[in-house]
Amino acid sequence: MAHTRKTAGSKKNYTQAQAPLCVKDLTVAYHRKPVLWDIDLTLPEGQLIAVVGPNGAGKSTFIKSVLGLVPRASGAISIYGKSYESQRHLVGYVPQRESVDWDFPVNALDVVAMGLYRQIGWFRPVNKNHRKKALDSLEKVGMANYAYRQISQLSGGQQQRVFLARALAQDARLYFMDEPFAGVDAATERAIISLLKELKSVGKTCVVVHHDLQTVPTYFDHVVLLNMRLVDAGPVETVFNEENLKKTYGGRLTLLTHALNEYAKTPQFPSNTD
Amino acid sequence: MEWTFIDTWIVLVGALSAAACALLGNYLVLRRMSMMGDAISHAVLPGLAIAFLITGSRDSLPMLVGAIIVGVVTTFMIQGIDRLSGLDRGASMGVVFTTLFAIGLILIRQAADHVDLDPSCVLYGAIELTPLDTVELFGQEIPQAAITSGLMLMVNLAFVIVFFKELKITSFDPALATTMGFNANVLHYILMTLVAATTIAAFESVGSILVIAMLIVPGAAAHLMTDRLGWMLIISVVFSVLSAFLGHLSAITIPTWFGFQDTSTAGMMALIAGLLFVVVFLFSPRYGVFSRMVNQFLLGLRIVGDDILGFLYRYHELAPANAAPVPVPEIQNALQTDIPVKVMIWNLRRTGLILRQNGGYTLTPSGKKAGKGLIRSHRLWESYLCNVMGYCNTDVHRHAHQFEHFTDTKLQEELSQVTGNPDYDPHNRKIPM
Repeated sequence: MAHTRKTAGSKKNYTQAQAPLCVKDLTVAYHRKPVLWDIDLTLPEGQLIAVVGPNGAGKSTFIKSVLGLVPRASGAISIYGKSYESQRHLVGYVPQRESVDWDFPVNALDVVAMGLYRQIGWFRPVNKNHRKKALDSLEKVGMANYAYRQISQLSGGQQQRVFLARALAQDARLYFMDEPFAGVDAATERAIISLLKELKSVGKTCVVVHHDLQTVPTYFDHVVLLNMRLVDAGPVETVFNEENLKKTYGGRLTLLTHALNEYAKTPQFPSNTD
Repeated sequence: MEWTFIDTWIVLVGALSAAACALLGNYLVLRRMSMMGDAISHAVLPGLAIAFLITGSRDSLPMLVGAIIVGVVTTFMIQGIDRLSGLDRGASMGVVFTTLFAIGLILIRQAADHVDLDPSCVLYGAIELTPLDTVELFGQEIPQAAITSGLMLMVNLAFVIVFFKELKITSFDPALATTMGFNANVLHYILMTLVAATTIAAFESVGSILVIAMLIVPGAAAHLMTDRLGWMLIISVVFSVLSAFLGHLSAITIPTWFGFQDTSTAGMMALIAGLLFVVVFLFSPRYGVFSRMVNQFLLGLRIVGDDILGFLYRYHELAPANAAPVPVPEIQNALQTDIPVKVMIWNLRRTGLILRQNGGYTLTPSGKKAGKGLIRSHRLWESYLCNVMGYCNTDVHRHAHQFEHFTDTKLQEELSQVTGNPDYDPHNRKIPM
């Protein structure tokens, strides 16, 4: 079924080679339960891109499989025309806030400095210059005053901003952010969105897993509608319409999802969900 | 009590082993897998037994290799069961290590006729005997165990220093670390290999009980004492060395007070570590249970002190200029507390904020200033809650009464600005400047 889609002409192939992210026939499964099926996707450069879909649609899994954090059952991924491994330096990642232990004995500055680790390289310690850079990044998200706070003493919104500062420190061209707006206060939401706009203005590409459908048209340029399969992807004004949303959040595809979930329950082993 | 060079060696061997364990233990605690130390230290038993059965000797090297192999296999098995079964991680560990430990016991029993590999020795160790088994090094008689555990400590120290940054990021955020090319799994397995090796190096001399204790307790205690990873490593080492020294000291002294022989040093070292942990748990400056109680208590007293100043200020505000000073029972009655009022009256008098006059108390000029600040905060908060937030119907007084204790002059300024610099509060009382 996947092969029928490989009908791209030579011109499209050229643009795909330049694209920040090009995904071909991506399928991901946890045990027997398929999470993503047959995704074909090319994302444009220099835009703010929302990834939307219902719970369990595989949004986080999509990002994680692109970054090589979960194994792919099949498919190929290229970042600016090359493999992820050779383009690591161009990619920044903001994981979900709940994915880390905030009682860890580090302060905000330490966390932001982690964004520089790849650049610093193996074995070499963090030096004064790196700390200065990290502090600059904290400054940009308005958190410089909290640099030496242990991270558990920060509010949820402040923690999210520390994560964003860390991404800034990574100085990537393509960012993947997993629900940066989840559970943050209004001030942080504004701070995040102005940061995203700033990143866009200097030509960066941001792929953001997003939950709030209401704000998609105001915050983003491009949208990826996902529900195990790719429903549609494209500029917000052409793709983000009622019909597509129905397809993503209800109707036939949900039936399919439901059926697949039931199918996945049949084996003896309980399986992890997304 | 008589302290000989043998005691010094015992403490040294204990301290070196304990410090080697404690360094790695920090990362087990931080990765929320403290029981991994327990699991590995039990699971390596069949590795020891198989190594022995194959080589027929008790040489350290084959033992070490056997243990490391089984240690790594254990880690893989736990990881595999954890991921594929969906069981709780603790359950996966329990299943794997008890099974492997049982295999080890059976193997040792089978070989026991012609072996001096003693299961109980594995559990309790024989630290008291380590100074007797010496080798010559630089013309000195040095216990074998001191060299082994010393080397292990060096290796672990080098590991946590060289990989400080890598261990930090893979422990804190393995996903990000992996996307950056610091493979979290690789580091995990290196760490587990070292845990297995350390366990073996420490095993024979100090026994598995002390190994498990030192893998978990110093790290846990250090985590309660500091918010910085570097300090946590240092504190855990100090803690483990202290446990070793105090442990041996108590093992040879305390039982004799009661007319007994000295007791197991390894057991005592682990016990002391546990007791030291309790001390940290209660008294550590920020997270200690007792410290938090003390902080709460002091905060309570401070609030009573503030309330006395506020009360006296309000009294002077309403009463005629020549009104009599307020007697203590009246203050106690107004604040609805007894002893705290007495304590704080003593303290306010000591700091020169209130003055005793004819059986009662009045504010000194500096006390008046402090009281005025509190009342100003209180009434500004009332104005803010009522006029800006629109909560006039609720009990603004009660909320203002809580906020006033945590309002500095800067916040006062801001409040005054957003409320439009009012002269009177919602109850028509003057807001003092």
